[in-house]
Amino acid sequence: MKRHLISAADLTRDDAVLILDTAEEMARIADRPIKKLPTLRGRTIVNLFFEDSTRTRISFEAAAKRLSADVINFSAKGSSVSKGESLKDTALTLEAMGADAVVIRHGDSGAPHRLATSGWIGGSVVNAGDGTHEHPTQALLDAFTLRRRLVGQEGADLAGKRVTVVGDILHSRVARSDVRLLSTLGAHVTLVAPPTLVPYGVESWPCEVSYDLDAVLDTSDAVMMLRVQRERMNAAFFPTEREYARRYGLDGERMARMPEHAVVMHPGPMNRGMEITAQVADSPRCTAVEQVTNGVSIRMAVMYLLLGGSSPSGPSPSTTQEPGMQHRAGSSEENN
Amino acid sequence: MDDSSAHGSPESAGSAQPAPARPVLEAPDIARVLTRIAHEIVERAKGADDVVLLGIPTRGVHLAGRLGAKLEEITGRTVPVGSLDITMYRDDLRMGPPRALARTEIPAEGVDGSLVVLVDDVLYSGRTIRAALDALGDIGRPRAVQLAVLVDRGHRELPIRADYVGKNLPTSQRETVRVQLAEEDGHDGVLLGARAAQDAGQLADDARHGGNAPAG
Repeated sequence: MKRHLISAADLTRDDAVLILDTAEEMARIADRPIKKLPTLRGRTIVNLFFEDSTRTRISFEAAAKRLSADVINFSAKGSSVSKGESLKDTALTLEAMGADAVVIRHGDSGAPHRLATSGWIGGSVVNAGDGTHEHPTQALLDAFTLRRRLVGQEGADLAGKRVTVVGDILHSRVARSDVRLLSTLGAHVTLVAPPTLVPYGVESWPCEVSYDLDAVLDTSDAVMMLRVQRERMNAAFFPTEREYARRYGLDGERMARMPEHAVVMHPGPMNRGMEITAQVADSPRCTAVEQVTNGVSIRMAVMYLLLGGSSPSGPSPSTTQEPGMQHRAGSSEENN
Repeated sequence: MDDSSAHGSPESAGSAQPAPARPVLEAPDIARVLTRIAHEIVERAKGADDVVLLGIPTRGVHLAGRLGAKLEEITGRTVPVGSLDITMYRDDLRMGPPRALARTEIPAEGVDGSLVVLVDDVLYSGRTIRAALDALGDIGRPRAVQLAVLVDRGHRELPIRADYVGKNLPTSQRETVRVQLAEEDGHDGVLLGARAAQDAGQLADDARHGGNAPAG
């Protein structure tokens, strides 16, 4: 595995399967009386959150603490960032405090890439969601949940499974990471959205696109509903919420048309009544809560594989810089 | 932990093959030794009512399975057998790339109040067993913990000894001990070999000093 986890594209099939298998072992820790391992004792992990988050932040925090790492939580609100400190100066501060890993969530696409490649810090960088770019640990926990529900075998990938991702693809970093990772693992991904919410350049992604949810329901092994991100809806992407719910929402009647074994996934937080009805959200086929539990195991696995061995022996941070890297960092869209 | 990999550590993997390894235990010897250990466990535990066997991956698990079958023959009762992965408790994690984890499978009855017998293939520095004791402490509180090994090759770096030993094998640190089991390697046997000359000194040095490095 590489030293950083910035994009789901950083992972080969074998990397991804190793993370999933490691997460299976991590999941067993949760059944023990003492849910703690001494593995990362003495390592410092900084949670650097420039954007609001509950689920992801506490999931990373729980994962780091179960591995006995020291955790420093940093949120932009109430920090020097609100006084205008730049990402670079914040990073240099963290480096001076000796962070072994930085988990970063940022509203701007490419911020984790910038942090990892500009030579400001020597530790590992884990992307916990950047703008509309990527959210690789979410994709990993989705793959983990899918493998448990649909395959149930360690060491396996998701070959031949059909996963349908429905909703606001345009703004969704989860969809981008899912498409990359799930296709790396051999799954067949179909994106379903109103044409206005399908991103530019989607034809180069390793997936299919459909505008009709009903047409793909009966061939899906899993249907992943994305949240309609009201905070990013700065234009009239669809006429009314009611119309969106009727055409692209998952209700009991649609769920009944899915194959018997198929599951419903949701990265959370859910808008009940919008993209998913309460009946579906509360049904045993919906894995939303399971996904949260699996998130801790996945993040433990990632932390262990990034930090569990000898300190990265690569060149020191200042020499890793490649010419032109800084210019690329800002515009991550080209990766899509 | 199969100690073969602990001292046949990654550094030695690529080195030239030294003189052919000499077999010190053959398949029938291993079977006899395990039968004796099973009898010793029954004798010392006065019937082995509360014995739980925990093998340390990879080869310790297979040995624990075989011991469990022998105990069952002797006592007529099922003996719980499980595995205990110690990777996350190792003190040398920081000295190499991240290691893949193995399976920890604790029998449903748990270990609280029972007599846990840890089973491993080779006892060498004792660090694996130290890690196993730490791992066990996070899982429950056994009445007592004992240790059974197929081969004790000496060179302890910690105050740890085995309760049941298949064969005491005096070795030099320049030698390697390889345990082969049918479940893993296709056939049973214990081989004593010499390390490649050019890196033997350095490896023996590692074995001595590696331990003194700050533990993870």
